[in-house]
Amino acid sequence: MSQKASDLRGVPKAHRGKAEPMDEMKVYRLMAEARALEERMIKMAKSSDGFFWIGGPGEEAFNVPLGLLAHRGRGPAYDYLHLHYRSSAILLAMGMDPKDAIRQMASKATDPFSGGRNFVNHFAFAPWNIVPGTSTIETQYSVAPGTALAQLAHGGEGITIVNGGDAGTAEGDFATCLNWSSRPGRELPILILVINNKWGISTPFDEVHGDRIIVRRAEPFGIRWDVVDGNDPEASWTKLSEVMHYIRKERKPFALEAVVSRLHGHSSSSGAARTHDEPDCIADFEERLIEKKLTTRSECDELREAFTKKMSQLLEEVREEPDPDPSSIFDHVYAED
Amino acid sequence: MANIAQAIRLALHVGETKLGVTDIFGEDVGAPLGGVFTCTQGLETAWNSPLDERGIIGTSFGLALAGCRNVAEIQFCDYIFNTIDLLKLVGNCRWSSNGQFSVPLVIMTPVGSGIHGSLYHSHSFDAAMTHIPGWKVVLPSTPKDCYGLMISAIKDPNPVMFLYPKALIRTQSKELIPGEPEEARALSKRIDAPVGAAREGWKPDWPDLPDFEIPIGKAKLLCEGTDLTIATYGRMAPLCASVAAKLRDDGVSVEVLDLRTLYPYDWEAIAQSVRKTRRFLQVNEDTEVTNFGEHLVRRVTEELFYELEAPPKMLAGVNTPGIGLAWNLEKNQVPQAEDVERAARALAATYA
Repeated sequence: MSQKASDLRGVPKAHRGKAEPMDEMKVYRLMAEARALEERMIKMAKSSDGFFWIGGPGEEAFNVPLGLLAHRGRGPAYDYLHLHYRSSAILLAMGMDPKDAIRQMASKATDPFSGGRNFVNHFAFAPWNIVPGTSTIETQYSVAPGTALAQLAHGGEGITIVNGGDAGTAEGDFATCLNWSSRPGRELPILILVINNKWGISTPFDEVHGDRIIVRRAEPFGIRWDVVDGNDPEASWTKLSEVMHYIRKERKPFALEAVVSRLHGHSSSSGAARTHDEPDCIADFEERLIEKKLTTRSECDELREAFTKKMSQLLEEVREEPDPDPSSIFDHVYAED
Repeated sequence: MANIAQAIRLALHVGETKLGVTDIFGEDVGAPLGGVFTCTQGLETAWNSPLDERGIIGTSFGLALAGCRNVAEIQFCDYIFNTIDLLKLVGNCRWSSNGQFSVPLVIMTPVGSGIHGSLYHSHSFDAAMTHIPGWKVVLPSTPKDCYGLMISAIKDPNPVMFLYPKALIRTQSKELIPGEPEEARALSKRIDAPVGAAREGWKPDWPDLPDFEIPIGKAKLLCEGTDLTIATYGRMAPLCASVAAKLRDDGVSVEVLDLRTLYPYDWEAIAQSVRKTRRFLQVNEDTEVTNFGEHLVRRVTEELFYELEAPPKMLAGVNTPGIGLAWNLEKNQVPQAEDVERAARALAATYA
């Protein structure tokens, strides 16, 4: 079937779904907590509490709704997540203890994702189908069709979610994902996300790409696509809610591009200083919530301050936890028979 | 009397009917071709993939992460090099997740020269692959070993790279796979697809195959000897065995080990043999610089130095960017029987 229309036009109502209502204050609190967590971890990279930082300040408005809407569990009946390294707010919304991210940032043995082996925000968590995150940007787009194929065979409503940045879509893996997700008669239940922060380290997207809407590349594959303002939690929630419902029911791929801000640069290697020339989704959302009289300025200030304190406290506790045992380097190279 | 293509096919049939293999895939792997070398002909779960090696390795990885045992093929190893970072991710998946994610998958790909394959159908992959920790790597040289090691590879909870020597794919063996009909034509009639229109609706008549496997990590003694040990694998294994047979008539007693598994390799078998013969020659056809055989030579030197009668040697392919098509070029680039013979005679005549 050739599919020219973008978004969900023409999809039967039953498979299109109606956006579930968003709990605005819950989303706001998670966004603020995710920001406080990342700010603490940036400080850790500048002190002696951790080595390298990379993360997701600026992606909270899109990632919190995504984490709340994901079906959390183990095995093909639940969602598989192939995440790039700016996804802390997704994990937090799924129920991660922020202390666990701090443990990974501090390279502690107690880090539940990698036992002190991998960079921060390189999540791997089997009970929630969060497959190992990597630094090789974009390879996740070649791996994601595999879990989606398993889910196609399994049936049910589990889907595969893969995200990555705009710059990485220059790699062939992105085309691989579109191709393998749309083989005729074998279309995959996969949400192909492009998180467009308009940068690849220091190179602007527009300087090295001729195309302007990345997910439009999905169109010739017959894959429906859309673009959403990833700085707007309500727009993100509504779009994700509809699109994920469609993928769960129709067992078809969908490509969604979220345009977001990058508020602390690429990583600690570029200084991770706060930039002020891009919209801050949390500040903007606060304005809206105050306008709606769902909260007040002082309540917001107190909440953020409380999260900042909480993260400091968590770091204090994590500092006391054990480092990995040097003799553990050969653990888990191979599975035993 | 099966050949390697038939042996792999039989093992994959066991895999998909008894061992839970859900997907066997790659370029031209499904019907109608069933693989460029027919290794996947007639299999229920075999399917054709896009011509995309990164997609093949990535999808195999993803299937394994979701608990689906699968066997994927790259045709040939000359075309696997654009997947190196994915192979590394497969290899580090368990380690990086601190034991949370195992990746039970098998990638199979034919290796080596010997079919007049020129630059892009003659590559070896043993040196590159043994540089990627987290994998098990096998390179059997006979149909029975291919069968038994493929069964073990499928059962293994780790990623296994199954390399097989493309020059030997059509060579029949005198060894029978347990359950295989004794007469060669009988097996072919039952499991080889007819050509032309008769292929329409054809289904193989699989023989009953009892449980049989060859453990990963065990070398095979091809011939016993007392003067020197040749440890080799793949296409060089039968070559070295034939040289040993010739030299025996001349009074040089050569022991030949077919390693069959490159990682984890059978150090015990190597060490035991070298302690007996006191001379070590490693033969392989990959390019000689930072070559897997160099590792074996290093380990023999370091651990068995005082047991040696002569310096350990390696005979490998020359360090050129490719294999030339003209026969005069190829035979001057990868070890031939006369090269092995010369090296073995020289080593046997060396005394400390």
